[in-house]
Amino acid sequence: MSSAEAAAPIGVEWRDTKRYAWLLGTIIPAIPFLAWGLVEWTGSDLFWYFGPVFVFGLIPLIDLVVGRDPNSPPDEVIDSLENDRYYRWVTYAFIPLQYVTLIWTAWMLSQPQYGVADKIGMALSAGMVAGIAINTAHELGHKKESHERWLAKIALAQTFYGHFYIEHNRGHHVRVSTPEDPASARMGENVWSFMPRTVSGSLRSAWELEKKRFGRLGTSHWNIKNDVLNAWLMSVVLWGGLLAAFGLGILPYLVIQAVVGIWLLESVNFLEHYGMKRQKLESGRYERVNPSHSWNSNNIGTNVLLYHLQRHSDHHANPTRRYQALRDFPEAPVLPTGYAGMIVLSWLPPVWRKVMDKRVLAHYDGDITRANLHPAKEEHYLRTYATASERVAA
Amino acid sequence: MAKFVCPSCDYVYDEAKGEPREGWPPGTPFAELDPEWCCPDCGVREQQDFEPLDDRASSTNR
Repeated sequence: MSSAEAAAPIGVEWRDTKRYAWLLGTIIPAIPFLAWGLVEWTGSDLFWYFGPVFVFGLIPLIDLVVGRDPNSPPDEVIDSLENDRYYRWVTYAFIPLQYVTLIWTAWMLSQPQYGVADKIGMALSAGMVAGIAINTAHELGHKKESHERWLAKIALAQTFYGHFYIEHNRGHHVRVSTPEDPASARMGENVWSFMPRTVSGSLRSAWELEKKRFGRLGTSHWNIKNDVLNAWLMSVVLWGGLLAAFGLGILPYLVIQAVVGIWLLESVNFLEHYGMKRQKLESGRYERVNPSHSWNSNNIGTNVLLYHLQRHSDHHANPTRRYQALRDFPEAPVLPTGYAGMIVLSWLPPVWRKVMDKRVLAHYDGDITRANLHPAKEEHYLRTYATASERVAA
Repeated sequence: MAKFVCPSCDYVYDEAKGEPREGWPPGTPFAELDPEWCCPDCGVREQQDFEPLDDRASSTNR
Protein backbone atom coordinates (compact mmCIF):
# COMPACT_ATOMS: atom_id res chain seq x y z
CA MET A 1 0.00 0.00 0.00
CA SER A 2 2.72 2.46 0.99
CA SER A 3 4.38 2.34 -2.41
CA ALA A 4 1.05 3.16 -3.98
CA GLU A 5 0.49 6.28 -1.91
CA ALA A 6 0.61 9.55 -3.76
CA ALA A 7 3.78 11.47 -3.08
CA ALA A 8 3.01 14.34 -0.73
CA PRO A 9 4.95 17.54 -1.19
CA ILE A 10 6.34 18.31 2.25
CA GLY A 11 5.54 21.78 3.50
CA VAL A 12 3.60 22.60 0.35
CA GLU A 13 0.08 23.81 0.84
CA TRP A 14 -2.31 21.93 -1.40
CA ARG A 15 -5.30 23.60 -2.98
CA ASP A 16 -8.20 21.80 -4.63
CA THR A 17 -8.30 23.32 -8.08
CA LYS A 18 -11.54 21.46 -8.84
CA ARG A 19 -13.36 22.69 -5.71
CA TYR A 20 -15.92 24.85 -7.50
CA ALA A 21 -15.84 22.83 -10.70
CA TRP A 22 -17.71 20.05 -8.86
CA LEU A 23 -20.80 22.25 -9.03
CA LEU A 24 -20.81 21.63 -12.80
CA GLY A 25 -22.30 18.21 -12.05
CA THR A 26 -25.63 19.96 -11.56
CA ILE A 27 -25.64 20.73 -15.31
CA ILE A 28 -26.64 17.11 -15.89
CA PRO A 29 -30.20 17.37 -14.50
CA ALA A 30 -30.60 20.50 -16.64
CA ILE A 31 -30.09 18.54 -19.89
CA PRO A 32 -33.83 18.10 -20.64
CA PHE A 33 -34.42 21.83 -19.98
CA LEU A 34 -31.56 22.71 -22.33
CA ALA A 35 -33.16 20.44 -24.96
CA TRP A 36 -36.47 22.25 -24.58
CA GLY A 37 -34.76 25.66 -24.72
CA LEU A 38 -33.00 24.70 -27.96
CA VAL A 39 -36.26 23.44 -29.50
CA GLU A 40 -37.99 26.70 -28.57
CA TRP A 41 -35.11 28.86 -29.76
CA THR A 42 -34.39 27.15 -33.08
CA GLY A 43 -37.86 25.82 -33.84
CA SER A 44 -36.31 22.42 -34.67
CA ASP A 45 -37.80 19.33 -33.02
CA LEU A 46 -34.50 17.53 -33.54
CA PHE A 47 -33.23 19.18 -30.37
CA TRP A 48 -35.39 16.91 -28.25
CA TYR A 49 -32.49 14.53 -28.88
CA PHE A 50 -30.01 16.96 -27.37
CA GLY A 51 -29.39 14.71 -24.30
CA PRO A 52 -27.58 11.87 -26.08
CA VAL A 53 -25.81 14.35 -28.38
CA PHE A 54 -24.53 16.22 -25.32
CA VAL A 55 -23.38 13.08 -23.51
CA PHE A 56 -21.90 11.17 -26.47
CA GLY A 57 -20.81 14.08 -28.69
CA LEU A 58 -20.09 17.20 -26.72
CA ILE A 59 -18.69 15.66 -23.51
CA PRO A 60 -16.16 13.39 -25.33
CA LEU A 61 -15.10 16.47 -27.32
CA ILE A 62 -14.65 18.49 -24.13
CA ASP A 63 -12.51 15.66 -22.73
CA LEU A 64 -10.28 15.73 -25.81
CA VAL A 65 -9.91 19.51 -25.70
CA VAL A 66 -9.63 20.17 -21.97
CA GLY A 67 -7.31 17.26 -21.27
CA ARG A 68 -6.23 15.56 -18.08
CA ASP A 69 -5.60 16.43 -14.47
CA PRO A 70 -3.10 14.13 -12.73
CA ASN A 71 -3.24 16.31 -9.58
CA SER A 72 -3.85 14.18 -6.45
CA PRO A 73 -4.39 15.40 -2.89
CA PRO A 74 -1.41 14.54 -0.66
CA ASP A 75 -2.03 12.16 2.27
CA GLU A 76 -1.86 14.97 4.83
CA VAL A 77 -4.95 16.71 3.49
CA ILE A 78 -7.14 13.64 2.83
CA ASP A 79 -8.87 13.75 6.22
CA SER A 80 -9.65 17.45 6.18
CA LEU A 81 -10.77 17.20 2.56
CA GLU A 82 -13.16 14.36 3.42
CA ASN A 83 -14.55 16.23 6.39
CA ASP A 84 -15.22 19.42 4.42
CA ARG A 85 -19.01 19.24 4.22
CA TYR A 86 -19.20 21.53 1.19
CA TYR A 87 -18.36 18.55 -1.02
CA ARG A 88 -21.19 16.38 0.21
CA TRP A 89 -23.73 19.17 -0.29
CA VAL A 90 -22.64 19.30 -3.91
CA THR A 91 -23.77 15.68 -4.34
CA TYR A 92 -26.96 16.14 -2.28
CA ALA A 93 -27.94 19.08 -4.53
CA PHE A 94 -28.10 16.76 -7.54
CA ILE A 95 -31.10 14.84 -6.20
CA PRO A 96 -33.77 17.56 -5.89
CA LEU A 97 -32.71 18.80 -9.33
CA GLN A 98 -33.02 15.25 -10.68
CA TYR A 99 -36.57 15.05 -9.34
CA VAL A 100 -37.60 18.47 -10.68
CA THR A 101 -36.39 17.34 -14.11
CA LEU A 102 -38.17 13.99 -13.90
CA ILE A 103 -41.49 15.50 -12.88
CA TRP A 104 -41.22 18.22 -15.51
CA THR A 105 -40.37 15.63 -18.18
CA ALA A 106 -43.37 13.52 -17.13
CA TRP A 107 -45.57 16.60 -17.47
CA MET A 108 -44.10 17.40 -20.91
CA LEU A 109 -44.75 13.81 -22.00
CA SER A 110 -48.42 14.26 -21.15
CA GLN A 111 -48.80 17.34 -23.36
CA PRO A 112 -50.88 16.57 -26.48
CA GLN A 113 -48.97 18.87 -28.84
CA TYR A 114 -45.90 16.65 -28.93
CA GLY A 115 -45.57 13.70 -31.31
CA VAL A 116 -44.10 10.27 -30.64
CA ALA A 117 -40.70 11.19 -32.12
CA ASP A 118 -40.50 14.26 -29.84
CA LYS A 119 -41.39 12.18 -26.82
CA ILE A 120 -38.82 9.51 -27.60
CA GLY A 121 -36.24 12.31 -27.71
CA MET A 122 -37.49 13.61 -24.33
CA ALA A 123 -37.25 10.12 -22.86
CA LEU A 124 -33.70 9.63 -24.18
CA SER A 125 -32.63 12.98 -22.73
CA ALA A 126 -34.27 12.10 -19.39
CA GLY A 127 -32.47 8.74 -19.58
CA MET A 128 -29.10 10.52 -19.64
CA VAL A 129 -30.04 12.20 -16.35
CA ALA A 130 -31.32 8.88 -14.98
CA GLY A 131 -28.07 7.09 -15.82
CA ILE A 132 -25.82 9.77 -14.39
CA ALA A 133 -28.08 9.88 -11.31
CA ILE A 134 -26.97 6.28 -10.73
CA ASN A 135 -23.46 7.71 -10.50
CA THR A 136 -24.61 10.13 -7.79
CA ALA A 137 -26.35 7.24 -6.02
CA HIS A 138 -23.11 5.29 -6.29
CA GLU A 139 -21.12 8.03 -4.55
CA LEU A 140 -23.70 8.32 -1.76
CA GLY A 141 -24.41 4.60 -1.39
CA HIS A 142 -20.81 3.89 -0.39
CA LYS A 143 -20.87 6.20 2.59
CA LYS A 144 -21.23 5.18 6.22
CA GLU A 145 -23.89 7.80 7.04
CA SER A 146 -27.37 6.31 6.85
CA HIS A 147 -28.97 9.46 5.38
CA GLU A 148 -26.53 9.30 2.47
CA ARG A 149 -27.43 5.67 1.83
CA TRP A 150 -31.08 6.66 1.90
CA LEU A 151 -30.46 9.44 -0.63
CA ALA A 152 -28.74 6.86 -2.85
CA LYS A 153 -31.93 4.80 -2.96
CA ILE A 154 -33.98 7.89 -3.81
CA ALA A 155 -31.67 8.66 -6.73
CA LEU A 156 -32.06 5.05 -7.94
CA ALA A 157 -35.87 5.05 -7.80
CA GLN A 158 -36.15 6.75 -11.21
CA THR A 159 -34.56 3.77 -12.98
CA PHE A 160 -36.10 0.98 -10.83
CA TYR A 161 -32.48 0.03 -10.10
CA GLY A 162 -32.56 0.16 -6.30
CA HIS A 163 -31.01 -3.30 -6.00
CA PHE A 164 -27.81 -1.75 -7.38
CA TYR A 165 -27.15 -0.29 -3.95
CA ILE A 166 -26.90 -3.80 -2.46
CA GLU A 167 -25.30 -5.60 -5.36
CA HIS A 168 -22.69 -2.97 -6.04
CA ASN A 169 -21.40 -2.58 -2.48
CA ARG A 170 -21.63 -6.17 -1.31
CA GLY A 171 -21.40 -8.08 -4.59
CA HIS A 172 -19.41 -6.20 -7.20
CA HIS A 173 -16.86 -4.76 -4.77
CA VAL A 174 -16.19 -8.17 -3.26
CA ARG A 175 -15.83 -10.05 -6.55
CA VAL A 176 -14.49 -7.26 -8.76
CA SER A 177 -12.16 -8.32 -11.59
CA THR A 178 -12.81 -12.02 -11.12
CA PRO A 179 -14.61 -14.31 -13.58
CA GLU A 180 -17.39 -14.67 -10.96
CA ASP A 181 -18.40 -11.00 -11.10
CA PRO A 182 -21.29 -10.31 -13.46
CA ALA A 183 -20.38 -6.59 -13.50
CA SER A 184 -16.71 -7.04 -14.56
CA ALA A 185 -16.29 -7.39 -18.32
CA ARG A 186 -13.98 -10.04 -19.74
CA MET A 187 -11.47 -9.42 -22.48
CA GLY A 188 -13.15 -10.25 -25.79
CA GLU A 189 -16.65 -9.71 -24.44
CA ASN A 190 -18.65 -7.06 -26.28
CA VAL A 191 -20.98 -4.59 -24.61
CA TRP A 192 -24.10 -6.07 -26.21
CA SER A 193 -23.57 -9.54 -24.75
CA PHE A 194 -22.25 -8.09 -21.50
CA MET A 195 -25.57 -6.25 -20.94
CA PRO A 196 -27.85 -9.25 -20.33
CA ARG A 197 -25.12 -10.98 -18.28
CA THR A 198 -24.56 -8.03 -15.96
CA VAL A 199 -28.23 -7.03 -15.62
CA SER A 200 -29.49 -10.53 -14.81
CA GLY A 201 -26.42 -11.53 -12.80
CA SER A 202 -26.53 -8.37 -10.68
CA LEU A 203 -30.22 -8.78 -9.98
CA ARG A 204 -29.73 -12.39 -8.90
CA SER A 205 -26.74 -11.42 -6.78
CA ALA A 206 -28.60 -8.61 -4.98
CA TRP A 207 -31.47 -10.95 -4.19
CA GLU A 208 -29.16 -13.71 -2.93
CA LEU A 209 -27.20 -11.28 -0.75
CA GLU A 210 -30.35 -10.08 1.00
CA LYS A 211 -31.70 -13.63 1.25
CA LYS A 212 -28.49 -14.69 2.96
CA ARG A 213 -28.64 -11.74 5.37
CA PHE A 214 -32.24 -12.56 6.35
CA GLY A 215 -31.24 -16.21 6.67
CA ARG A 216 -28.77 -15.15 9.39
CA LEU A 217 -31.47 -13.00 10.97
CA GLY A 218 -33.71 -16.05 11.03
CA THR A 219 -36.61 -14.30 9.30
CA SER A 220 -38.12 -14.41 5.83
CA HIS A 221 -36.51 -12.20 3.18
CA TRP A 222 -40.01 -11.30 1.98
CA ASN A 223 -39.85 -8.36 4.30
CA ILE A 224 -40.07 -4.59 3.95
CA LYS A 225 -36.62 -4.35 5.56
CA ASN A 226 -35.19 -6.23 2.58
CA ASP A 227 -33.22 -3.44 0.89
CA VAL A 228 -34.00 -4.78 -2.56
CA LEU A 229 -37.74 -4.81 -1.90
CA ASN A 230 -37.96 -1.45 -0.12
CA ALA A 231 -35.87 0.21 -2.86
CA TRP A 232 -38.20 -1.18 -5.53
CA LEU A 233 -41.17 -0.05 -3.48
CA MET A 234 -39.84 3.51 -3.73
CA SER A 235 -39.91 3.13 -7.52
CA VAL A 236 -43.46 1.75 -7.41
CA VAL A 237 -44.55 4.79 -5.41
CA LEU A 238 -42.66 7.23 -7.64
CA TRP A 239 -43.82 5.74 -10.94
CA GLY A 240 -47.34 5.24 -9.58
CA GLY A 241 -47.47 8.90 -8.57
CA LEU A 242 -46.22 10.06 -11.98
CA LEU A 243 -48.74 7.84 -13.81
CA ALA A 244 -51.59 9.01 -11.55
CA ALA A 245 -50.67 12.65 -12.13
CA PHE A 246 -49.86 12.58 -15.85
CA GLY A 247 -51.72 9.57 -17.22
CA LEU A 248 -50.90 6.03 -18.31
CA GLY A 249 -49.80 7.35 -21.71
CA ILE A 250 -46.39 8.30 -20.31
CA LEU A 251 -45.60 4.72 -19.23
CA PRO A 252 -43.73 3.68 -22.41
CA TYR A 253 -41.52 6.75 -22.10
CA LEU A 254 -40.85 6.13 -18.41
CA VAL A 255 -39.71 2.65 -19.41
CA ILE A 256 -37.46 4.07 -22.16
CA GLN A 257 -35.73 6.54 -19.84
CA ALA A 258 -35.17 3.80 -17.23
CA VAL A 259 -33.72 1.37 -19.79
CA VAL A 260 -31.46 4.10 -21.16
CA GLY A 261 -30.30 5.01 -17.65
CA ILE A 262 -29.55 1.38 -16.76
CA TRP A 263 -27.79 0.86 -20.06
CA LEU A 264 -25.63 3.94 -19.41
CA LEU A 265 -24.62 2.63 -15.99
CA GLU A 266 -23.89 -0.88 -17.22
CA SER A 267 -21.84 0.53 -20.11
CA VAL A 268 -19.67 2.16 -17.48
CA ASN A 269 -19.42 -1.16 -15.66
CA PHE A 270 -18.33 -2.70 -18.96
CA LEU A 271 -15.34 -0.42 -19.36
CA GLU A 272 -14.24 -0.05 -15.74
CA HIS A 273 -12.65 -3.50 -15.39
CA TYR A 274 -12.45 -4.79 -18.99
CA GLY A 275 -10.07 -7.77 -19.02
CA MET A 276 -8.73 -7.10 -15.52
CA LYS A 277 -8.18 -10.13 -13.31
CA ARG A 278 -7.17 -10.62 -9.72
CA GLN A 279 -4.90 -13.63 -9.43
CA LYS A 280 -5.78 -16.58 -7.21
CA LEU A 281 -3.55 -17.12 -4.20
CA GLU A 282 -2.39 -20.52 -2.91
CA SER A 283 -5.04 -20.30 -0.20
CA GLY A 284 -7.70 -20.37 -2.92
CA ARG A 285 -8.73 -16.77 -2.22
CA TYR A 286 -8.28 -14.00 -4.73
CA GLU A 287 -5.53 -11.47 -4.16
CA ARG A 288 -6.70 -8.24 -2.51
CA VAL A 289 -8.15 -5.56 -4.70
CA ASN A 290 -5.45 -3.06 -5.62
CA PRO A 291 -5.20 -0.10 -8.01
CA SER A 292 -3.99 -2.28 -10.88
CA HIS A 293 -7.43 -3.94 -11.13
CA SER A 294 -9.43 -0.99 -12.47
CA TRP A 295 -9.12 1.28 -15.49
CA ASN A 296 -8.53 4.92 -14.68
CA SER A 297 -8.99 8.20 -16.48
CA ASN A 298 -7.81 11.63 -15.42
CA ASN A 299 -9.87 13.50 -17.99
CA ILE A 300 -11.09 16.63 -16.26
CA GLY A 301 -14.39 17.05 -18.10
CA THR A 302 -15.86 13.63 -17.33
CA ASN A 303 -14.25 13.47 -13.89
CA VAL A 304 -15.94 16.67 -12.80
CA LEU A 305 -19.31 15.54 -14.16
CA LEU A 306 -18.97 12.06 -12.59
CA TYR A 307 -17.54 13.01 -9.18
CA HIS A 308 -14.16 11.38 -9.85
CA LEU A 309 -15.73 8.00 -10.69
CA GLN A 310 -12.90 7.59 -13.18
CA ARG A 311 -10.36 7.55 -10.37
CA HIS A 312 -11.71 4.07 -10.13
CA SER A 313 -8.56 2.38 -8.85
CA ASP A 314 -8.51 4.37 -5.63
CA HIS A 315 -12.27 3.91 -5.31
CA HIS A 316 -11.97 0.12 -5.35
CA ALA A 317 -9.01 0.14 -2.99
CA ASN A 318 -10.84 2.54 -0.61
CA PRO A 319 -14.58 2.37 -1.36
CA THR A 320 -15.78 4.59 1.48
CA ARG A 321 -13.41 7.43 0.52
CA ARG A 322 -15.24 10.54 -0.68
CA TYR A 323 -14.92 11.62 -4.32
CA GLN A 324 -12.95 14.81 -3.69
CA ALA A 325 -10.18 12.81 -1.95
CA LEU A 326 -9.66 10.14 -4.65
CA ARG A 327 -6.14 9.96 -6.05
CA ASP A 328 -4.40 8.85 -9.21
CA PHE A 329 -2.08 5.83 -9.16
CA PRO A 330 0.81 5.30 -11.54
CA GLU A 331 0.30 1.50 -11.59
CA ALA A 332 -3.34 1.75 -12.68
CA PRO A 333 -4.12 1.01 -16.32
CA VAL A 334 -5.25 4.14 -18.15
CA LEU A 335 -8.13 4.47 -20.60
CA PRO A 336 -7.36 6.37 -23.81
CA THR A 337 -10.13 8.89 -23.04
CA GLY A 338 -12.96 9.57 -20.56
CA TYR A 339 -15.96 7.30 -19.96
CA ALA A 340 -18.30 9.15 -22.36
CA GLY A 341 -15.95 8.68 -25.32
CA MET A 342 -15.23 5.09 -24.27
CA ILE A 343 -18.97 4.29 -24.29
CA VAL A 344 -19.17 5.49 -27.90
CA LEU A 345 -16.23 3.22 -28.68
CA SER A 346 -18.00 0.25 -27.05
CA TRP A 347 -20.80 0.41 -29.64
CA LEU A 348 -18.37 -0.90 -32.24
CA PRO A 349 -16.89 -4.08 -30.73
CA PRO A 350 -14.12 -4.59 -33.35
CA VAL A 351 -12.92 -1.01 -32.80
CA TRP A 352 -13.20 -1.46 -29.03
CA ARG A 353 -11.06 -4.61 -29.14
CA LYS A 354 -8.53 -2.95 -31.43
CA VAL A 355 -8.10 -0.08 -28.98
CA MET A 356 -8.38 -1.97 -25.70
CA ASP A 357 -6.98 -5.48 -26.16
CA LYS A 358 -3.42 -4.29 -26.73
CA ARG A 359 -3.71 -2.16 -23.59
CA VAL A 360 -4.86 -5.13 -21.51
CA LEU A 361 -1.97 -7.14 -22.91
CA ALA A 362 0.54 -4.38 -22.15
CA HIS A 363 -0.85 -4.09 -18.61
CA TYR A 364 -0.06 -7.77 -18.07
CA ASP A 365 3.42 -7.44 -19.66
CA GLY A 366 2.34 -9.49 -22.65
CA ASP A 367 1.13 -12.41 -20.53
CA ILE A 368 -2.39 -13.02 -21.82
CA THR A 369 -3.03 -15.79 -19.28
CA ARG A 370 -3.21 -13.18 -16.51
CA ALA A 371 -6.19 -11.39 -18.12
CA ASN A 372 -9.87 -12.12 -17.46
CA LEU A 373 -10.75 -13.81 -20.77
CA HIS A 374 -14.17 -14.29 -22.33
CA PRO A 375 -14.61 -18.10 -22.46
CA ALA A 376 -15.81 -18.03 -26.08
CA LYS A 377 -12.69 -16.15 -27.15
CA GLU A 378 -10.19 -17.72 -24.77
CA GLU A 379 -8.70 -20.17 -27.24
CA HIS A 380 -8.40 -17.49 -29.90
CA TYR A 381 -6.59 -15.14 -27.53
CA LEU A 382 -4.26 -17.80 -26.17
CA ARG A 383 -3.33 -18.78 -29.73
CA THR A 384 -2.93 -15.21 -30.95
CA TYR A 385 -0.77 -14.04 -28.09
CA ALA A 386 0.93 -17.36 -27.29
CA THR A 387 4.37 -16.28 -28.43
CA ALA A 388 4.23 -13.21 -26.26
CA SER A 389 3.19 -15.14 -23.15
CA GLU A 390 5.75 -17.87 -23.80
CA ARG A 391 8.46 -15.24 -24.02
CA VAL A 392 7.43 -13.95 -20.62
CA ALA A 393 7.32 -17.45 -19.15
CA ALA A 394 10.77 -18.32 -20.49
CA MET B 1 -15.79 -8.50 25.03
CA ALA B 2 -13.30 -7.93 22.25
CA LYS B 3 -13.35 -5.63 19.25
CA PHE B 4 -12.03 -6.30 15.77
CA VAL B 5 -11.24 -3.77 13.08
CA CYS B 6 -11.47 -3.95 9.30
CA PRO B 7 -7.94 -3.28 8.01
CA SER B 8 -9.32 -1.41 5.01
CA CYS B 9 -11.83 1.10 6.35
CA ASP B 10 -11.60 1.07 10.15
CA TYR B 11 -15.05 -0.44 10.66
CA VAL B 12 -15.09 -2.01 14.13
CA TYR B 13 -16.92 -5.21 15.02
CA ASP B 14 -17.70 -4.93 18.72
CA GLU B 15 -18.74 -8.30 20.19
CA ALA B 16 -20.83 -6.53 22.84
CA LYS B 17 -22.88 -4.67 20.24
CA GLY B 18 -22.79 -7.29 17.50
CA GLU B 19 -24.10 -6.15 14.12
CA PRO B 20 -27.83 -6.84 14.33
CA ARG B 21 -28.59 -5.59 10.83
CA GLU B 22 -26.22 -8.19 9.42
CA GLY B 23 -27.68 -10.98 11.53
CA TRP B 24 -25.17 -10.91 14.38
CA PRO B 25 -27.06 -10.11 17.61
CA PRO B 26 -25.29 -8.32 20.50
CA GLY B 27 -22.90 -10.71 22.22
CA THR B 28 -22.06 -12.77 19.11
CA PRO B 29 -18.40 -13.77 19.50
CA PHE B 30 -16.17 -12.78 16.61
CA ALA B 31 -15.15 -16.42 16.21
CA GLU B 32 -18.74 -17.39 15.46
CA LEU B 33 -19.04 -15.04 12.46
CA ASP B 34 -18.91 -16.42 8.93
CA PRO B 35 -15.24 -16.10 7.87
CA GLU B 36 -16.47 -14.96 4.46
CA TRP B 37 -18.72 -12.28 5.91
CA CYS B 38 -17.40 -9.08 4.38
CA CYS B 39 -17.02 -5.70 6.04
CA PRO B 40 -20.47 -4.04 6.00
CA ASP B 41 -18.94 -0.63 5.25
CA CYS B 42 -16.33 -1.15 2.55
CA GLY B 43 -16.88 -4.72 1.31
CA VAL B 44 -13.15 -5.00 0.58
CA ARG B 45 -12.03 -7.26 3.46
CA GLU B 46 -13.65 -10.28 5.11
CA GLN B 47 -14.01 -11.46 8.69
CA GLN B 48 -10.86 -13.57 8.42
CA ASP B 49 -8.87 -10.40 7.59
CA PHE B 50 -10.10 -8.40 10.58
CA GLU B 51 -7.55 -7.51 13.25
CA PRO B 52 -8.06 -7.47 17.01
CA LEU B 53 -8.36 -3.97 18.42
CA ASP B 54 -6.74 -3.11 21.71
CA ASP B 55 -9.57 -2.35 24.16
CA ARG B 56 -7.98 0.53 26.01
CA ALA B 57 -7.02 2.32 22.80
CA SER B 58 -10.46 1.90 21.29
CA SER B 59 -12.67 2.88 24.21
CA THR B 60 -12.23 6.58 23.46
CA ASN B 61 -12.28 6.03 19.72
CA ARG B 62 -15.71 4.67 19.05
